[in-house]
Amino acid sequence: MKFKGKVWKFGNDVNTDEIISGKYKYDTLNINEIVKHTFEAIDPDFAEKVSKGDIIVAGGNFGCGSSREQAPLVIKQLGISTVIADFFARIFYRNAVNTGLPIIECPLSEKVDEGDILEVNFEEGSIKNLSKNESFEFRKLSMFMLDILEAGGLVNYLREKKGFPLK
Amino acid sequence: MGKTLAEKIISVSTKKDVYSGDVVLCDVDIVMAHDGTAPLAIEEMKKMGVDKVWDPNKVVLVIDHTSPSPSDRISNIHAMIRNFAKENNIPNLYDAGSGICHQLLIENHVIPFQIVIGGDSHTCTHGALCAFGTGMGSTDVAAIFAYGKTWLRVPETFKVEVAGPLQSYVYSKDIILQTTKEIGAAGATYKAIEFLGSTITNLNMDERFTLTNMAVEMGGKSGFIPVDNVTKKFLEGKGVRNIPEIKPDKDADYEREYLLEAEYIEPMVAVPPRVDNVKPVSEVEALELDQVFIGTCTNGRLSDLKTSAKILKKKKEKVKVRTIIGPASRNILIQAIQEGLIEVFLKYGAVIIPPGCGPCIGRHLGILGDGEVCLSTQNRNFKGRMGNPNAEIYLSSPATAVASAITGYITDPRSILE
Ligand code: SF4
Repeated sequence: MKFKGKVWKFGNDVNTDEIISGKYKYDTLNINEIVKHTFEAIDPDFAEKVSKGDIIVAGGNFGCGSSREQAPLVIKQLGISTVIADFFARIFYRNAVNTGLPIIECPLSEKVDEGDILEVNFEEGSIKNLSKNESFEFRKLSMFMLDILEAGGLVNYLREKKGFPLK
Repeated sequence: MGKTLAEKIISVSTKKDVYSGDVVLCDVDIVMAHDGTAPLAIEEMKKMGVDKVWDPNKVVLVIDHTSPSPSDRISNIHAMIRNFAKENNIPNLYDAGSGICHQLLIENHVIPFQIVIGGDSHTCTHGALCAFGTGMGSTDVAAIFAYGKTWLRVPETFKVEVAGPLQSYVYSKDIILQTTKEIGAAGATYKAIEFLGSTITNLNMDERFTLTNMAVEMGGKSGFIPVDNVTKKFLEGKGVRNIPEIKPDKDADYEREYLLEAEYIEPMVAVPPRVDNVKPVSEVEALELDQVFIGTCTNGRLSDLKTSAKILKKKKEKVKVRTIIGPASRNILIQAIQEGLIEVFLKYGAVIIPPGCGPCIGRHLGILGDGEVCLSTQNRNFKGRMGNPNAEIYLSSPATAVASAITGYITDPRSILE
């Protein structure tokens, strides 16, 4: 998996209520209906500003709070190619892999600026900042997780494999 | 090598010797989903190409987050959950008014050594019974619905030891707010937290659940408390006998250790919008309030209602701000009625809402207006949590909340009671 895109920056401790408010998720299962509210509490125009392939770079503890899977889903639905955070909240991390949103743990929040263009290579575990001509490495995901991401999420993965692998 | 509680529980469940860092595929004993997470899980399971759950007796469905339904659209979503339960012959569907999912699991389902996965972040609560409880999202839940399995990474553990007697009007909520202040909102990300020490041994089960409930507020995977006589009595009350004592090994390996001396803990408040921005009540005293809420899976249990009613009876004063009381389950509400607590609340001007999450999630039953300030006994004070990003939520124990309801501003319970 390889992506190239423009950076949007977020701070530390971005929580699931800020990603998509709990008040929207009870009314519908249609993600397209709620996607326009993504990050509303932080930046009400965010959903209109992003373009397909853009990359989010955030500080630590991204996605903390509730277990709502709508959080990675709306980000994916907006066309964000990958989220890079210093580190993620645990449930968000699982949910992102399960819903097929590629995520990377790498401390870049102090090193890149909004609008920079990044190129990310998952197999190599490398990130290039094309705007600043800098390179970074990150710890690659386990094969199991890469397989799930490449299948497009756990649903597709389990449908293809008809269950969990034995080992 | 010695084991922590998390390592012990997962070892027993998987019948393997596991230690932190090991990744294991587990058989799940209970999987729970509620009206916020079940609908997506149901859809995801069907997309996996599976139409029936692996074991209907191990699935628990709860309609608690928006119940009874506040809108026609939500009613349709609730109907989908009911249909799914029917199609799959799932006996444990708890409909509107039964109570909050975690409280229902505690009352009716969870026993030590189980793997309990919930489509809700506060599933970490169940570690107070030495079950491995942790929250996951809808797709993980769907995979469990379909196959009864999930993968877990055995977490490293932080040990939080609390020693000595608590001051009067200081409760387990104050302990956990103090702990959150020390560890930070992300300080225990991916970790388990064990609560040990003489103060913890002296807490009743209601108070213990308040501690483990908030492990996720530090990023934790689960919170654990050893099984001792208090736990055994509680389990015997539910007809569960022959449970041994369960403690961590003396030579267990902890990633970090904290020691709190109970006598120095004061009534605490978490200042919005962060749960780790915790201050002694004295530092925020006199802040005017618009709403007080006593309830939730953190502090809506019988002990919490008893403490609150006792303070109202002692002061014999009506509340000065709108005060909402949400019993965590139907059982708790029945007991509160039998003990005369509900009459006290009504007499002194509070509103009683049906057992469930109520205003905690911000969809109905007490949504805040712009610029309003609420003091709540819940576990989160994020911006927008109670349905309005222009409102502020402070967090405290029920005693601090009820004392503040009586005066109309944030109040140290000791200042009006001692
Ligand atoms: S009471 Fe609040 S925190 Fe607890 S399960 Fe319900 S919404 Fe979640």
